[in-house]
Amino acid sequence: MATTTASVEKTRPVVRSGRRFMSGDIACAEGALAAGCRFFAGYPITPATEIAEHMARRLPEIGGVYIQMEDEIGSMAAVIGASYAGVKSMTATSGPGFSLMMENIGLALMTETPCVIVNVMRGGPSTGQPTMPGQQDVMQARWGSHGDYEIIALAPSSVQEMFDLTVEAFNLAETYRIPVFVLADEIVGHMWERVNIPEADSIKIVNRKKPTVPPNNKFAPFKPNEDLVPPMAVFGEGYHFHATGLTHDERGYPRTESAEAQTQLVQRLCNKIRKNKEKIVRVENAMLEDAEVAVVAYGIAARAALSAVRKARATGIKAGLLRPVTLWPFPEEQVAQVSRRVKAIVVPEMNCGQIVREVERAAKETPVIFLPKLGEEPHKPDEILDAVGGIQ
Amino acid sequence: MTEEIPHPYEKFLRKDRIPHIWCEGCGNGIILNCFARALDELNIDLNNVVVVSGIGCIGRVSGYTNTDSFHTTHGRPIAFATGVKLANPELKVVVISGDGDLFAIGGNHFIHAARRNQDITVICANNFIYGMTGGQYGPTTPLNTWTTTTPYGNIEQAFNLVHLATACGAVYVARWTTLHTRWLTESIKKALQKEGFSFIEVISQCPEIFGRYNKMETAIKMMQWFKEASEVQHFSDPAKAEITPHRITVGEFIDIEKPSYGRLLKEMQARVAEKK
Amino acid sequence: MPVKTWRRPLDADKVKPPKGEVHLLKDRCKGCGFCIQFCPKEVLEESNEINARGVHPPRVRDENRCALCGFCSAVCPDFAIFTTEKNCQGGC
Repeated sequence: MATTTASVEKTRPVVRSGRRFMSGDIACAEGALAAGCRFFAGYPITPATEIAEHMARRLPEIGGVYIQMEDEIGSMAAVIGASYAGVKSMTATSGPGFSLMMENIGLALMTETPCVIVNVMRGGPSTGQPTMPGQQDVMQARWGSHGDYEIIALAPSSVQEMFDLTVEAFNLAETYRIPVFVLADEIVGHMWERVNIPEADSIKIVNRKKPTVPPNNKFAPFKPNEDLVPPMAVFGEGYHFHATGLTHDERGYPRTESAEAQTQLVQRLCNKIRKNKEKIVRVENAMLEDAEVAVVAYGIAARAALSAVRKARATGIKAGLLRPVTLWPFPEEQVAQVSRRVKAIVVPEMNCGQIVREVERAAKETPVIFLPKLGEEPHKPDEILDAVGGIQ
Repeated sequence: MTEEIPHPYEKFLRKDRIPHIWCEGCGNGIILNCFARALDELNIDLNNVVVVSGIGCIGRVSGYTNTDSFHTTHGRPIAFATGVKLANPELKVVVISGDGDLFAIGGNHFIHAARRNQDITVICANNFIYGMTGGQYGPTTPLNTWTTTTPYGNIEQAFNLVHLATACGAVYVARWTTLHTRWLTESIKKALQKEGFSFIEVISQCPEIFGRYNKMETAIKMMQWFKEASEVQHFSDPAKAEITPHRITVGEFIDIEKPSYGRLLKEMQARVAEKK
Repeated sequence: MPVKTWRRPLDADKVKPPKGEVHLLKDRCKGCGFCIQFCPKEVLEESNEINARGVHPPRVRDENRCALCGFCSAVCPDFAIFTTEKNCQGGC
């Protein structure tokens, strides 16, 4: 690969470790670099522009490539191309760009391309409020492209998580050969907080599994291992493989006429995530063990929710927080378990009701109270506290 | 007249995918043939060739070449190819796609890749129609043509692709018909070896659909039109090379030197690394 | 299309044109007719047999005429025909 200048990396680490102070967008970019990302294709869009700007400055320093494509559609296509040429690649956008990328996100899913897509969510729909936060794209991340598939999406709620979860996103992408979404929001993206960046050799990095047959032998590029993920050959290694967005068989050739091929492929793409769900899903709990009221919140809303839960405990209310770190696959079992123990679940979201639907589905008979918030201000802890306190 | 010797270009084809799906007399087969011949005459290491195609009949070509290949979403092979080439500049990246894929839905990616002078070769199979979906008009369909979505005759002007490519900054621009097999092969060879963005427009016959709609029902009739109408003129003004029923100007139009995106990127990376 | 020259080339005695041998992969042929139509020496014609695709592949009418121009190979969309040079040591 021509894009890593090994001599530069030997003399200094790519990402300076230690206690640093930065914004969420920059932490995300640094996390990507720490994970081994060496290709960024994107288009400026508020509030994700800083990620592009930071990558434009940092990637040439380490022999990586930043290209500002003519639009988000081209950006996503270039990301897939770079990944298929063997380089870890990413893009960053917000709502309007996310919509444009959807078709090619489908291509990445269908061709099992490891890559990371960051959506720093803002007020929508359409052009909406570019400089204001929102959590309105979480369902779109799951269902936005046509066809049937499963995805992985992570929701950072701090600048530290912008770093850590971006690294995790790359690792998940490489493990499952899938585009992974980092669903941040404008506040988490633009706020400045302290970040502890670990030493490079203590950061866990995962790389895509490679084929075991040598090149120039018969090789089926989409034949899965036991974990349902095929080892990945890349261009230039001598495997002469073909990949297409058409329904294909294990050889990679189009099988547009076969119901069996469609069934096998689409079900495997779904099962790849479903069967490995336990290894992928992550939640963070606070004071949940003996809770009588639970709050389920993610992203920026979780910051206020944690504060509310602490305040509630101080007044004697047994409240607890379940914070999904992976929004998709949704932590249904975890929510279901909690729902059996609590009187009600409060869900604050910066939208008109998206993840709350998943909570209701998992919680079954347990009452769910939804707290919407739109516009520039995230939920105030007292707003959540009132809802928690109001539960009998 | 024996059949024991295999075809000399077998090694460029995926044997398990031949015969290809294209109709009898389809120009796509000739383009594949000329491409294989170009690879053969250049003796290129096939391990380094990546063929990228979009959606359309010609889009299936990537499934037939015995190279690493990728079949993208409609209109996006050039953007995909950009990512490939930048990630691994050692690869020879060739985009082979159709007039609609490259210039309707994909138009934006074409003009910017040409502007940036990306190191890729783009071969456009221009058959004046959207064949795969049954014969709708496209940006190169001539005025007044009957197609399924211009049942009263096309009222749109057609692109002059060599003019467009030149205006966008391509460093090598050529147009040939599928009848000009030798010239086309030489142009492909030149384009593959040239630094920067190379564009070859191939006037290709779609006898089954375009031909049938336009009184050229057989492949031979379409080839005869190419023979009668084409005129080889090297380095003529691309702006004056629009295609009419009576004249198809073929030849090389542009062959200039300009630093490619890849070269400038490498220089920039070296400068930046030195400063640090 | 047969090629007709308006006079005999002045060095016709000195230059020996190569002789070609035509190879057909009959079952690949889709019957487009390009090789037959465009051979400058009228070496080929449509045969009466029917191949696996249900069309009439070409047949060699007179192989002695073949001058190894290779146009049939180049213009065939289906890789169904190619020419090799005939070994003329013992005379052709």
